[in-house]
Parts: sequence; structure tokens; C-alpha cells
Amino acid sequence: MSVLVYAESPKGQIKKGALEAVSYASKVAKLMGVDCQALTLGTIEDAGVLGQYGANKVYNVTSDHLANFDSQVYSSVIAGAAEKLGASVVIVAHSATGKSILGRLAVKLKAGSVAGVNTLPDLTDGFTVGKNVFSGKAMAHFKISSAVKVLSLMGNAMAPEMQGEKVAVESLDLAVPAGKVTVKEVKTIEGTVPLPEAELVVSAGRGLKGPENWGIIEELATEMGATTACSRPVADTGWRPHHEHVGQTGVAIRPNLYIAICISGAIQHLAGVNSSKVIVVVNKDPEAPFFKAADYGVCGDLFDVIPRFTEAYKKFKAAN
Amino acid sequence: MKLLVCVSKTPDTTAKIAFTSDNTALDANGIQFIMNPYDEWYALVRALELKESAGGSVTVVNVGPAANDTVIRKAMAIGADDAIRVDAEPKSAYFVAQQIAAVAKGNDYDMIFLGKETINYNGSEVGAMLAELLDLPFISYGTKLTMEGNAAVIERDIEGGTEIVSVEAPFVVSAAKGMAEQRIPNMRGIMSAKRKPLKVVAAVDCEDPVRVVSYQLPDAKSAVKMVDPENMDELVRLLHEEAKII
Repeated sequence: MSVLVYAESPKGQIKKGALEAVSYASKVAKLMGVDCQALTLGTIEDAGVLGQYGANKVYNVTSDHLANFDSQVYSSVIAGAAEKLGASVVIVAHSATGKSILGRLAVKLKAGSVAGVNTLPDLTDGFTVGKNVFSGKAMAHFKISSAVKVLSLMGNAMAPEMQGEKVAVESLDLAVPAGKVTVKEVKTIEGTVPLPEAELVVSAGRGLKGPENWGIIEELATEMGATTACSRPVADTGWRPHHEHVGQTGVAIRPNLYIAICISGAIQHLAGVNSSKVIVVVNKDPEAPFFKAADYGVCGDLFDVIPRFTEAYKKFKAAN
Repeated sequence: MKLLVCVSKTPDTTAKIAFTSDNTALDANGIQFIMNPYDEWYALVRALELKESAGGSVTVVNVGPAANDTVIRKAMAIGADDAIRVDAEPKSAYFVAQQIAAVAKGNDYDMIFLGKETINYNGSEVGAMLAELLDLPFISYGTKLTMEGNAAVIERDIEGGTEIVSVEAPFVVSAAKGMAEQRIPNMRGIMSAKRKPLKVVAAVDCEDPVRVVSYQLPDAKSAVKMVDPENMDELVRLLHEEAKII
């Protein structure tokens, strides 16, 4: 018995979500009293660092067929590794990749699965694990009764923790089938932390009046090292690119800090951000519904408040 | 082109969520149910557009009790040709995927569409399970789908970017914003939907190892702390000393 965790490493770089997943998996393994094994796929520079996040063993499979992501290929290799290594729990990150393979792994391993977990399992009566449901409006606890269990860990639900030493990477000999999906192009947005991974997010809505005023938001975000986001109307009118739209139809995020500037707080917007740990709302309308969901509120004109906040933050940074 | 669209029934986005007294089930009292928005706006509409440009048929499938027929009729009012309902409570993603796989098997659908996730369980699991059960490629979070000969070129959201892939039918694709625009059913659509075939089939026996044991509402949020807009040093101090996030 063991806990196997797949650590994503696009372009050979281990993702933050992968470190979170490995830390989480090592805690699950400790609870169960078994080893935590990490699996990496494709060529990767320093997979041994996963030992520092709690993996007892690190395995790697390389093949030309792993150069691009194909859910059929990746899930086939991960399931193969799980069977070969005798894993009873398989964990992936609840990322674009994780979401594409979790269900496949469940079917291949005849395993019960829970997607987007944000608690450690409770082992007192079987295996029960919790996750947010109804777009963050509630939580549910799921009991899995199959011998093998498959979980995906919600991003930013648990911070990665350094807790061990580097370990040697062992290569695993597994058949890797050819895929049916051809990746033609990957367009990445350079320079900022991707929204689903961001810990600090500064977001603005229509009250900004026009794209020419975005500089105020950008300045605060740059100062804080935060990623910028926006409400649906701002993306739909083309002031900002669609990938910055957070909310129900856009990206769902759960940063440590979400600063919402002149966003009224419609329920569709809240559905994408209500799992943020701390919410600051800046709005000149004291009746804005978002204040009800906020931890801190500032009722004032953003054109006064935000530059003042940026200055205050600069002062704080210089002093700390 | 023979297209299958999986639609789910979910509480309305604005619904106030409450549970039965023992916290083991959703309290459906006063909740309005709708077609899962991603299934309706993006998956269904893109399938209809493909049919309109290349010919073929669009079938919708739903797993649920007779009360779900309102959602199915709406899908047909928007333009689906016919529908299949698997008459069973949709107990888990695994259960639902196995039921839809049983419906799809042997029917040679060129493409199977579904929304990126449902807004009740937010699991995003059924698509990948269905693809695995049918041994088909699966593309998740598609934001654009165009045909190039026999292959579909699909743009999909990934963390911090977009991936453009090419895949030949048959395949399963989950749809996100950008794939299509919502369509409102017109009176003619609503009238004709009443006459379109809706086949009800029995559920197949299958494995189902996951159960919700309890639900829980979040702890009541403490009241918002208002900060003087003139005093942003105070906000920075609170975020640093009290919230401890900067």
C-alpha cells in the first residue's frame, strides 16, 4: 500500500500545484501509515526536490509520447504506475491537466474519486474527504468505499510545505502508448503568476469607467506582486483579455487575498471568488452587495482610494 | 455529424442553498432548477451550430427522474432533435458517466459535448470518465472548436494560457465560455419541442463507490470591517497584523 501523487511538470518545470499535491499526499500517507510516492512524467530537471515536500520516493517515466499532454496517454501511464507500485490512493492537482485525467484514472483503477478536495481524509470510519460544492456556497463530505481511491486537490487549498530531504529519482519502466491528440500550439501569458495559482489578486469592474484607467489597478498589482483580474463586463467589453475574467463563467480562484475594486458583487461573480481567504472590497456605493461577502471594506472613490492604498503599501514594504 | 450533448439539472445560480435537518441532502424547497449553464450555453449551442453548418443530428442525454423532462424539453426548444433520459437519480459522477456510456455505446456519435463542470458539484469528472469508458480522446475546457477537414481544432484553457489541439472524431469535449453564445428558445422552438421524441431508458447496473455523507454550510462570515477611505495605512496594517496575509 502507498499513496501515489502525480507531480505536473510542463516544460520540465514542477508546478506550484504539484508541490501542493505532494505535500498533501505526504500528509495523507502519514495518516495511513504508508509511503508517499511521487511520479513525474517526461524530462524534468530536478525531480528529487519533491523529497523536500514529503515524497519518500520519486519516480520518473520518459517517452516521446509524453512530450505533449494527452489525457489518454497520461492517465494510462499514471494508472500503470499505481498498479505497479501498489498505490491505494492516487492524488493529482485539480488543474486543467488533473481535471482531464482524474475521471479516467477512476475508471481505469475501478476507484471512487472526489474532485477538488480541500481537507485531509478522515479515516475514523472508512475514508471520508471534503470539498466545496454549489460553487463555494457549501461543503460536502464524500465517503469512498472502493479499495483504490483517486483525489484531485483544489489549488491554493493547502500551501506546499518543506518537510524533508531531496531523494534520488528512480526511473520506472512502463509502456507509454501513442496519443490521438496533437498539440499544435501553447500560448502562455508571460510575466505574471497564472490566476488559478495566484496568492494575491487585484480585480476591477466596470466602475473603472474605461480601459485607459487600468493603470491605477496595474500599479497596485505590480507593487504587491499580485495578478490582475476583472469582472465579466470588463472582459466582455474588451477592456481586458478574457483570461482575466474571474467569476462563474470565467476563472474560479481562491487566493489568499482578493481585492475587488468597483465590482458590485453579483452572485455569478462571487461564485468564482468566494473561496478567497481574505476579501477586500472598494466601492463608492455603500449598498454594493459585495460588502456583505467582504472581510474589509472601503467605501470611497477608487480614483482617490487606490493610489492612496498603493502609496500606503509602498511605505509598508519599505519599512518591512 | 451525429452529436450527443450531455445536460445536467442544477439549482439556479442565485439559489440559496440549504440542507435537510440531518444535513444529508439538499433542501429543494423553494429552489428553482435549471439546465447546467455550461451545458446549455456552450456545449449545446456549439453542437447545434455544427449541425447547422454541416448537417446531422443533435441528441441530448440526461440522467435523472421524470421531473428533469422540463430541462430536456428546454434543450429541444433551443434546437436539439431528440433526447434520451436515463430514469435514475444521478447519484455520483461515476454513476452518471456509466449511464451515459451505456447510452452512447454502439451509437457511433462523432462528438460528445458537455459543460466544463456542473454548478452543483463542480467536479468536472463526468467528461473524462465517459471518454475513458468509451475509449475516446477527451479535451477539457474547450473555448473554441472549429472543423478542419475530419479533424476538430480546439482551443482549451490551461493555467496561464491556452493550448490549441487537433483531434479526429470521435471524441469527448467539455465546453467553457467562448465556445458559443447562449440562445434563448423562441415560441416556435418551444412548441416544436413538445413533439420531439424523448426516449426514457432504464439505468444499467454499475459500480458506484462514492457517497455524500454530510453537507455543511460555511460558518457565518463575521461582519465586514469598514476602513476610513482617507486612511489606507490602516488597511495595510489590518492586512498585515490582523489578516496576516501581507
